[in-house]
Amino acid sequence: MSLITLDKVHKNYINGADCVIALNKLCLTVEEGTFLGVMGPSGSGKSTLLSVLGALASPSSGSVIVDGIDVYGLSAEKQADFRREYLGFIFQSHNLIPYLNALENVMLPLAVTRFSADEKRRRANDMLKRVGLPDRMLHLPQQLSGGEQERVAIARALVNSPPLLLADEPTGSLDTTNSHQVMSLLKELHEDGQTIIMVTHNRENLEWFDRTVYLRDGKVEKDVQSCLDQLPQAI
Amino acid sequence: MRLEHIVLHNLRRRKGRAVFLVIGLLIGVATVVTLLSLTDALGRRAQNELENFGANIIITPRSDELTLNYGGVQLGGVNLVAKEIEQADLVKIDDIPNRRNVATIGPKVLGAVEIEGQRVMMMGIDPDAELKLKRWWSIAGRSIEKGNELVVGDSVAKRFNLNMGDILQVNGHDYTVVGLLARTGSQDDQLLIAPLSVAQVELDKQGQVSMVEIAALCHDCPVDDMVNQLQQVLPDTDVQAVQQVVKTRMHALDQFRFFAWGVAVTVVIIGALLVFVTMMGAISERTREIGIFRAIGYRRWHVLHMVLMEAAIVSTLSGVLGYLVGVGATLIALPLLEGGKATWHWNSTLAVSAVLAAVVVGLLASLPPALRASRLEPSEALRAL
Repeated sequence: MSLITLDKVHKNYINGADCVIALNKLCLTVEEGTFLGVMGPSGSGKSTLLSVLGALASPSSGSVIVDGIDVYGLSAEKQADFRREYLGFIFQSHNLIPYLNALENVMLPLAVTRFSADEKRRRANDMLKRVGLPDRMLHLPQQLSGGEQERVAIARALVNSPPLLLADEPTGSLDTTNSHQVMSLLKELHEDGQTIIMVTHNRENLEWFDRTVYLRDGKVEKDVQSCLDQLPQAI
Repeated sequence: MRLEHIVLHNLRRRKGRAVFLVIGLLIGVATVVTLLSLTDALGRRAQNELENFGANIIITPRSDELTLNYGGVQLGGVNLVAKEIEQADLVKIDDIPNRRNVATIGPKVLGAVEIEGQRVMMMGIDPDAELKLKRWWSIAGRSIEKGNELVVGDSVAKRFNLNMGDILQVNGHDYTVVGLLARTGSQDDQLLIAPLSVAQVELDKQGQVSMVEIAALCHDCPVDDMVNQLQQVLPDTDVQAVQQVVKTRMHALDQFRFFAWGVAVTVVIIGALLVFVTMMGAISERTREIGIFRAIGYRRWHVLHMVLMEAAIVSTLSGVLGYLVGVGATLIALPLLEGGKATWHWNSTLAVSAVLAAVVVGLLASLPPALRASRLEPSEALRAL
């Protein structure tokens, strides 16, 4: 069953007198439970694709359907609800709130829900345990290593149990060891049935995906089951 | 974890900015509270003074021929022809509905007497009542009590070279000068002041008074109503309210009040601008955070709510502290004004209004930045990531 359907999604950016085409009538379907890697050179439209999927940037034309919902047919406030209920974001630079500890950062998406205080705490606790940080709950972001911060960001993205996890270069700023730990964690989540779409530059991450799309000039140039040999060498 | 939790954490993290905002608004609130408290205290003091100031209602006999006068009492040339008021009628004053507003009744009899062949005005008074009415009188020696005693006005004393203890012949009768009235700059300087009953005999006006001065308690007292009521019980008299002094004083106070409000409004506007600019800066600084909040599913209302809640907390704190500082400043300033006679009074309306005004100003000034924050598109905010 398709969780995501992008139909002729076109996205222009006006940059002064120039019109930059970020997505060029892109079509894509993603099945539920897929761990999809999105690769491509700079300016190929990877981040724009993630923004469009995440109800953060409306396409110039085309439609985005997630779990049967026409995302850009929703009002701005409903789109916010959609992001909260259907999506988990993992940002490139963790983007934790610096004055909140790890537990509070994970509870952040729950702050605007009707769960009781105990339930919020329990969920955040469980999620931090799941990402391997049971003893770092009360640490502020600056007291955590890069890998730990990334795991807190993953816990925050998952605390609402969203059907879709969107990750923008989550290993981009990590060393090999931390990078491996983060990818192992994402793989575990995938094996538990989580649908994940991850943008990456790192070819070493390809082994973790069960499907990879390669973008160029805002279009899908290649769409393959993960097999390094089938992807362009220029990545 | 609720939005309040995030707001409080943010305030704690950005203590410097929060303290700056609190101080900025606090100064505004404190200034307003100080000025209004001072105005209030001075107003009360002025009213209190007015109550002690002296007569503010004068009752005089109806008269047609006017040549000499003292305080509205008309005397007819060499021979006094004015009709007098019957002293016995004065008890009717007790019958007016606003009797409780009457503080002092000062009857006096006036007439011309002869000293060393020269004509001088004699005034007979009830000493106790008169000294309450004329608190500015300064008598060297003592006041008259009974018998043929005189307090002599400054001009009369100089003219006849009178000193305390002197015996003065008035219309051929001996009087002892027991007090010298210090110069007042008024017609009192021209008087020979004697006990009422003595003067009535001397002037051949037994049982009569030439005028009555009344001090009405002026705090909320309906002077005009009292005039009408007195006129009804004393139909053969003219009853007039002496309001010039009251009005002059009140006008000065109104000017000060106007000035105070002008300063207050200016300070509040400056405070509001300070909040506006600081909050705008804070929003720009927090674009990244706002982007994160919006990306993880916070509605515009949630962002607006957080910014306004922060402003409300800061403003409430400013309001409470500003009120306390304002009261402190008032307590320090009051002894320096009005010779320390004005006193501070607890005014619950001012206290509540100060805090409410701080919150309203803080919220209104924060509304544009809050709206700006809430309208940030997630994609726009995330570009700052």
